[in-house]
Parts: sequence; structure tokens; C-alpha cells
Amino acid sequence: MELLDKLTILSDAAKYDAACTSSGVRRGFQPGKIGNTTSSIAGCCHSFSADGRCITLLKVLMTNCCVYDCKYCVNRRSNDTRRAAFTPKELAELTIQFYRRNYIEGLFLSSGVLRSPDYTMEQMIHALRILRQDYGFNGYIHAKAIPGSAPELVQQLGLLADRLSVNIELPSQAGLQMLAPDKTKQAILRPMGQIRDQARQSKAELVKYKHAPVFAPAGQSTQLIVGATRDTDRHILHLTQSLYDQYQLKRVFYSAYVPVVEHSLLPSIDTKPPLLREHRLYQADWLLRFYGFRAEELLDEEHPDFNPLIDPKCNWAIGHLNHFPVEIMRADYETLLRVPGIGPTSAKRIISARRTGTLRFEDLKKLGVVVKRAQFFITCGGRVREGLRFSAATIVRQMEDIERGLLPASQMQQLSLFDPAG
Amino acid sequence: MAWEQVVFQYDGTFDGFLCCVFDSYVHKEFPIAFYSDEEGCVLSFYSVRTVNTVAEHAQRVYRSLVKVSPAAAQLLRKAFLTCLEDKELHLYAFIRKLYREGAAFLKNQADEVYHPVAKAVRHMNGEVEKLRGFVRFSDYSGVLGAEIEPKNRVLPLLRHHFCSRYANESLFIYDRTHKELLLYAKGRSRIIPVDSLQLSLPGEEEVHYRALWKRFYETIAIKERTNPRCQNSFLPKRYRGTMTEFLPTEHEKEGQLPVGADVPRIS
Repeated sequence: MELLDKLTILSDAAKYDAACTSSGVRRGFQPGKIGNTTSSIAGCCHSFSADGRCITLLKVLMTNCCVYDCKYCVNRRSNDTRRAAFTPKELAELTIQFYRRNYIEGLFLSSGVLRSPDYTMEQMIHALRILRQDYGFNGYIHAKAIPGSAPELVQQLGLLADRLSVNIELPSQAGLQMLAPDKTKQAILRPMGQIRDQARQSKAELVKYKHAPVFAPAGQSTQLIVGATRDTDRHILHLTQSLYDQYQLKRVFYSAYVPVVEHSLLPSIDTKPPLLREHRLYQADWLLRFYGFRAEELLDEEHPDFNPLIDPKCNWAIGHLNHFPVEIMRADYETLLRVPGIGPTSAKRIISARRTGTLRFEDLKKLGVVVKRAQFFITCGGRVREGLRFSAATIVRQMEDIERGLLPASQMQQLSLFDPAG
Repeated sequence: MAWEQVVFQYDGTFDGFLCCVFDSYVHKEFPIAFYSDEEGCVLSFYSVRTVNTVAEHAQRVYRSLVKVSPAAAQLLRKAFLTCLEDKELHLYAFIRKLYREGAAFLKNQADEVYHPVAKAVRHMNGEVEKLRGFVRFSDYSGVLGAEIEPKNRVLPLLRHHFCSRYANESLFIYDRTHKELLLYAKGRSRIIPVDSLQLSLPGEEEVHYRALWKRFYETIAIKERTNPRCQNSFLPKRYRGTMTEFLPTEHEKEGQLPVGADVPRIS
């Protein structure tokens, strides 16, 4: 089979994996090797595909042959699709040549389960070892740990890769039993625990010994599918939070379920992927990681799902009007962060700038605050913005109006001069 | 007595600009405009001060800036690379304020003198960040070559990143907008002005990898999620004219120079 065909099949099979980051590790150039990972702390996007997702890594499967039969997955064994596999050498050559041309930041390697989880992991380790050692590749590698594989193999994989991930995919045990009968919760969580412990151990050893082996320096991440099962946003967000708390994950990714197969247990094939829901979950995820929010503040039993029309932070603020208005000249950093329209950067700028003099609403705009959103919740030098009219009853409508322009086009009625007649 | 308002003419370099600052204080003249090309000041009501670049003057001004604030001096050097309109006037105002009040105003990004400069530098940093990923090299028989069309003069800022990433390679990046060429080989790099660059046709292997990359790029998108608005905001169209995945494959066959991907084609 031609390399072009293999690449097509194996990237097509890998595209539903949302994780595409190159952040979290700085490793400079090493003589005799190719590349580095020091582009910036936040990683580096090399392109954006037609769906607006970033392309950072060469995202492929080692093989799309799979012994499992997970109902939601394109690669399940009962699906009639073309199968292919890279040889380790092909994969290494391709990665290096793409990397040299600055197409990619590194390699994202996942795989279908060939024969058994252990056998698959051995194949992946073999390929990565050739890439790292024979080809001297020093760029970023993100590898998937296959659930159910031996701890020794996870260990070896972690010494070759910068970031590891184990995909949870279905956010509840019930969903797992129904749609992925070959997988168990324990098989997924065990490697996650192991990765956490070994990364911690590796960090501790590096403090003592400069040349101690580095285990997954960029940490681990996971992915949850949204919309394949009936799990609520509240359930997903609580799960996310406990993953951050207990497993020290760097990221949790959400993937809106794209119906790929007809099955009685799944949403019908013409269902649109719940993109707005996924977007709201990402917004909430940011609130957990950078804004000091907790899942239980954002959603409760009466409101198990996010309001699609208003973003989670505004939604929280409207529900807690007793916390507002906040005085810009005096509020501390944590309080400023909770104001819609103010983020970590603008909050820091406010704190720095207000030492030099009184700030006005025009100044806030220059500091990067989204004043049209923040105006309802702040005072500047004791004064509300001039001309602003609102009450607790109207604020929801006003926020929805602001948000409307940001929603995808399908949510709006757009008029066009050039609509075909009839 | 108020300073006379004049037009400054200089060579367009950062050192030259610092010499303008020097001369402005020596002759007690306030710049009403700066020109670095000859045509600019033919039709001017103001007298013209032609500034010769003297290394010693430039250094003296720079040292005095470092004395007030090393961070501000660094910022000025960076801001001079931006595409800010009338950047010399903004930077001149910035320097005057720095001499007059010290560096305290740098704490306030909303400051009327600091804000335009900070904004321009942020814009440039954003462009540099994007170009780290969007630069596309081609292999010209062992030498990696790329072209870019940035708004700001980003080559000095991209230099370290690419020269350390591809330390074992020889490479060049050509900035079409500012007609500058970054050259790197064997641990040494430099930036030189080059009026135009004619690239040779890509070899067979190069064409092969371009085709693989284009295929990967097309395959990795999920059709059901197509979202051009999102794509445009992360990857503005102005970058696409030099990116392999947006260029038509025909130019490889016919030997034309790459055309901008957003240029409407008549057919």
C-alpha cells in the first residue's frame, strides 16, 4: 500500500481525538539530535483545519486494526473499513520530514488494539524508540497509553513520550458498559494513577540527580465524549474536577459526539454534533483551571446543564448578583477574576495600573477588559458606567443580546440579499 | 522658548532613530514627522533636519534610556520593529515621557503615550507566535527555505527560534514585505537586505512531502464540524499565501511563483 493511502486511512481514523497540544515542556536543542520543544510555554499551532481545530502534531494511529468493538468508534472490529498499519521506519521518516519543514511540532501516536493491549503497546514503544534513538528526534511526542496494558510498558512509553494520555471517552460506568463492553473503568483509571505516581517520582528524582530519566514531563491528559450518552453537564464537570484534583491531569478534552454508525444504543446518525454544548464545557473547564471556580458553584441539581444562550461565567454572575458590583479600584485579584469580561491578564493589568491613578471606563477598554460585558458588574471610582440602564429582571436579556453575535451562524436568522428566490 | 518644529530625515535604522533623538535635543527641535526615504519630505512647509547616523550618539542615547529603565529600552528596540503607523512619533513621545517622568507610567497600560506602543508590540508578538507555526520550509537540495509576508519586521524575533530548532540544518527565511533575508548555517546567522528572491523549482521528494502534508491537512478535518469562521480567526487569510496546505499544486508543475490563496481565481 502507498504511503499516501496509509496516511489517509490512519489520520482519518485518528481525527476524533481532540487532544492536540504541545505545551508543558521546555527542552532545548541537543547536539546530534533534531529539534527542540521550546517554542513557547503555551505550545505552538502549526495550522488550523477547516473545522477550526488546531493542528500541532502529526496525529495518526499506528494501526486502525482493533480487536475491540466499542459501539461509538469508527475503528471497531465490526465496522467494514479499510485497514492499514505504519511500519516504525515509515512513521519515523514521515515525522522527521514533516518536522524539518515546520509542518508539525511533533508526533501524536495512538493505536487500535492489535491482538492485545500489551502487544499494541510494544509496537508503539518500538516505533517511538526508533524515532527517538535511531533518528535522534528531540521534538514533542504525545502517546496514548492503551487501557489494560502492563505497568512496565506504560513506564517505558512514558520515558519516550512528553505527554501521555488515557482516554476515558464515556463519562460514566453505565455508558461504558453499554457502549464499550470490552473496557472497564478500572482498566482506564489504573494507568492514569500509575502515570501520576511515576511522573511525581521522576520529578523528585530529578531534583536529586540531574540525569535521572524523565517520565512524561508534560504530564497527562484525557478525553470525554459529549453527547453519546445521557450524562449531564454537571456529571461531566464534576468528573473533570476530580480528575484535576486526584490525577493531576494537565487537560481534560471534550469531544462532541459525531455519529459515525447506526446503532440502537446511540443517537441517530443524522444527529448534529453538540458543538455549543462542548464549547460551554470548555468555557467551564477554563473557569476551573484559571479562575478559581469549583464545579459545584457552576451547576447544581436544579440546573444540571449549562444555559446554551449565556456563557457559564456570566450565568454564575447573574445568579449571584449579591456579590456585585465590584469596585475596580479596590477589589482583590480573586474578586476581579469573577467579573464577566475580566480575565487573568486584564485583572493583573488593572491591579498594576490602578496604582498610578484613578481608572476610568475608557481605560478599562485599553487594559483589555470586555467592558460591554463587565459594565453590569463593576463600578469605577464608585460610579456606574454613564448611561447604563439595567435591573435584575432585564440583565438576562441584555446578556443574551451580547452573546447572540458570538453564537454560530446556525443559531441566528441571517438575512441575505442574495438568497435564491423561493 | 518653544522648540522649533521640523521634519527629521534619517536612514530608517534603530540607531538612526536614536540619533534623531540626540539631534532633537542638541538643536532644540521637535519632530513633526520622520522620513526615511527621499520623496517623503519634498512637499513640506517645515524645515528638514537630515540626521547622519553616528554610532557614538546612538549609544549615548541608548545608555541613557537603559539608565532610566532597562525594560523600557528593550521595549523601544522591539517596538521599532512593529508596523505601527508613525511609529517614530509615538516612540519619540515615549522617550520624552521617559526622560521627564521616569518609568512609572509603564505600570499603566492605559497610559495615552504607552498604550499605542504596547498595543503595537502585542500585535507583533501575536504575529511572531503565529509565524513560529505557520512558516513553511521547502527542501532545496538539502537547504531549508521559506518565505513569509508579515506586517511587522519579525525576522529578528524568529531568528533564535528557528536557528536553535534546526541547528544542524542550513536554512533561510525571506521576508517579502520588508525584503530581508535571514540566513543560517553551522551555528551562525545573519539578516541581510535582498531586493527579490527567485526560488528554484522543488525537487521530486519535496513535491512528494508537500502532497503528503496536503492530504493529511484535508483528512484531519471533521466534515460535520466545518467552521470557517473559527478557522479564519485563528488562521487569518493573509498568512495563507505562503502556506503549503493552501497553495495550489499547479504552481509546482508550471513553475509559477506561489500566489496568495485568497486571491480570487478567474475560471
